[in-house]
Amino acid sequence: MNLEFGSEYDDFTKEVEKFCKEFSGATITKDDKKFEMHDALSGNASNSSGKSVGRSEWQKILIEKGFFARSIPKEYGGFGGEPDIIKSRIIAGAFAKYKVPNAMGGQGIDMLVPTLLEWGTEEQKQQYIESTLLGKTIWCQGYSEPNAGSDLASLQTKGELVDGNWVINGQKIWTSTAQFSQMMFCLVRTEPQASKHAGISFILIPMDTPGIEIRPLVDMTLKAGFNEVFFDNVTVPEENIVGKRGEGWSVANSVLGHERGSLANPNATLNRLNTLINLMKEETIDGRRLIDVASYRDRLLQIQGKVLAVQANSLRLLSAKINPGQNVKLGGMIQKLVGTELRHELEGLAIDIMGELGTLYEDDPNVRGGGSWQFTYMYFLGLIIGGGTNQIQKNIISERGLGMPREPKVQVEV
Amino acid sequence: MYFGLSEEQESIQDFVKKFLDDNATVDEIRKIANGEGEEIENNIFEGILNLGINTLLVPEEHRGLGAGLLHAVAVAQSLGSGIGPIPFVGSYVMAPIAINLGGSEDQKKNYLPKIADNAIRFGVGMSEFVGAREDAGIEFSKNKLNGRSLFVLDAEKSDFLILSDKSGGLFVIDSNAKGVVMNKLTTVDKTRTFHEILLKNVDAEILEKTLDNNEIAKKVIDAGRIILSADTLGASEAMVEKAVTYSKERKQFNRTIGSFQAVKHMCAEMAADLEPCYSLVWQAAHSYDTEEISSSRLLACQSKSHISEVAKMISKKATEVHGGMGFTDLLGLHYWFKRIGLNRQILGAPEIVREEAAELQGFNQ
Repeated sequence: MNLEFGSEYDDFTKEVEKFCKEFSGATITKDDKKFEMHDALSGNASNSSGKSVGRSEWQKILIEKGFFARSIPKEYGGFGGEPDIIKSRIIAGAFAKYKVPNAMGGQGIDMLVPTLLEWGTEEQKQQYIESTLLGKTIWCQGYSEPNAGSDLASLQTKGELVDGNWVINGQKIWTSTAQFSQMMFCLVRTEPQASKHAGISFILIPMDTPGIEIRPLVDMTLKAGFNEVFFDNVTVPEENIVGKRGEGWSVANSVLGHERGSLANPNATLNRLNTLINLMKEETIDGRRLIDVASYRDRLLQIQGKVLAVQANSLRLLSAKINPGQNVKLGGMIQKLVGTELRHELEGLAIDIMGELGTLYEDDPNVRGGGSWQFTYMYFLGLIIGGGTNQIQKNIISERGLGMPREPKVQVEV
Repeated sequence: MYFGLSEEQESIQDFVKKFLDDNATVDEIRKIANGEGEEIENNIFEGILNLGINTLLVPEEHRGLGAGLLHAVAVAQSLGSGIGPIPFVGSYVMAPIAINLGGSEDQKKNYLPKIADNAIRFGVGMSEFVGAREDAGIEFSKNKLNGRSLFVLDAEKSDFLILSDKSGGLFVIDSNAKGVVMNKLTTVDKTRTFHEILLKNVDAEILEKTLDNNEIAKKVIDAGRIILSADTLGASEAMVEKAVTYSKERKQFNRTIGSFQAVKHMCAEMAADLEPCYSLVWQAAHSYDTEEISSSRLLACQSKSHISEVAKMISKKATEVHGGMGFTDLLGLHYWFKRIGLNRQILGAPEIVREEAAELQGFNQ
């Protein structure tokens, strides 16, 4: 066991810390409301005091320094560095320590860019990656459908090739940020004769194409920003396909694993735990600090034990990336299940300890944390269901992780 | 950067595990539990001692291996998974640490090499430092000890005892000295022994550096808690493995029960909650070894408390997966259930250690 990164990283650490001190507590000016609530989700502090920078400008600064898009080639707008997990870790650690706002995330940056790097044509990489990194092109993901949730591969949105164009008809659901997006990456059934998984293609769709209708899908948080998207003869050029016809399932799955891990980032969970501890020191009942109430305190400590465990688990996973061949057993596979349940429990504890005050929401003048406790509590219930429900996760863990037999196939009556 | 057990640590872990798999089967454990297995018990103990577990935490200058606590964690995981019916946490973890940290040079020279040479063995009693039940406790005055100590670890057939008073002073007595009465306690766990010790004017020496300094007692407790966490970790791992294996073999309704989601999900829940515990316990031990006092004490408390909760869930669900057989002595699953149950209460049950963790962080004023 050795948790030191080594002296060869000393200079780099100093460089990152110098930058972080300069931008400590900085805020990103919000061009619109879409990122506001999501600060709590990613564990970013909301009431910062420091410099104010525009979103796109901030992305640019981070790329120039190599603190974002580090291993993405220069010709596509990245920093062009060698992938170095330890450096990424040092950056993330210093940003958290000095409360420097993280680079923008989202489905374009987290999912589409790695997908294009692996599967995209040269033209596609040139056209989309840089503007996505700078936050100029926002993407939404068109995967789930009303009848294709956990069983995503049964999706039915249809794409036909007519005169060199894809003509798309059907419906997507759970499409977050659709109303702000310039583009969608979409799974479409283009080979109706092929088997379930082999009939899907991965297609890029400009959101201003005629025939697209976006309807807000109001969710329990009232603020998560999901949508339903309807396609009525939506026509896009043939070259908007990523990978070959029928390869869409493989294209999509090459980065889905990445999404599952990021749904429950242990650092964000730790930040929220620290925010919760502060809340319990500030709030009182009958004049007594909530942290001095033994039953509340014990629940806090139980959660802290879980947070420390997932933090330690993420160190072990980091170690496995640095030391190829290290066996971490189920360490990766359990992250989504354990992480989302833990976060839901943590946010729920904040509500419980506030009692009646914990029920305040939205713009109530007495609401704590900008309503983020209720919002995140509910949002994480959504994440327990989304990204492969936690019941599906348990199937994966038991079947692939523990080698337990699959459920026998049920004979479908015709 | 490397987070995990070293090859050397994994190797001693495998040796202990293999030895117990071969020599401490459920049939043999059952004989020991029923009081008919003294010879088996001695053979198992001797075999494991041959792997050098008594030398691990004795410094090299006192003829030991001078390894860290993480090394002992590796061993403890295997003792837990194989429910090793031998003394370990008291005799070979807490005792050498107490003497090494608390003893004078003479005391170290007197005791440590003999532990490493297996010439003497210690039992350890510190329950009253953590929290006294029934007003138990010992008092030291004029080189004599009086009083009562409960749940003393590894005292059976020991040569010496290290006992703590309520304020963390650590005292050494001869187990066979005049005025010592040892009563074996009947606990649910038959794989290890626990004693009540009654003392009447017993000759005792204080480990010199523990006079008016409870920091050493705290460090001994930290180490004991981390090792008990590792023991529970191993026992939990074994229970999950047994549940999964059983579910792949047992058939009902013309299917292996492991193909039912109700069963699969219980197994997945156990495995998912257990996996991060390895990392937590290892990090706690590493932190102890690198002397990051502030974080290591918190991690020791939180390992003990968190793994105890996870293991309680596992010991219940794994038994349920086995159905009626889980409840019987035929499979002997209850030996693991009870070992987990005992580890949970000893050296601080979850609520007690969480309260300590809160104090450490200045939460309660």
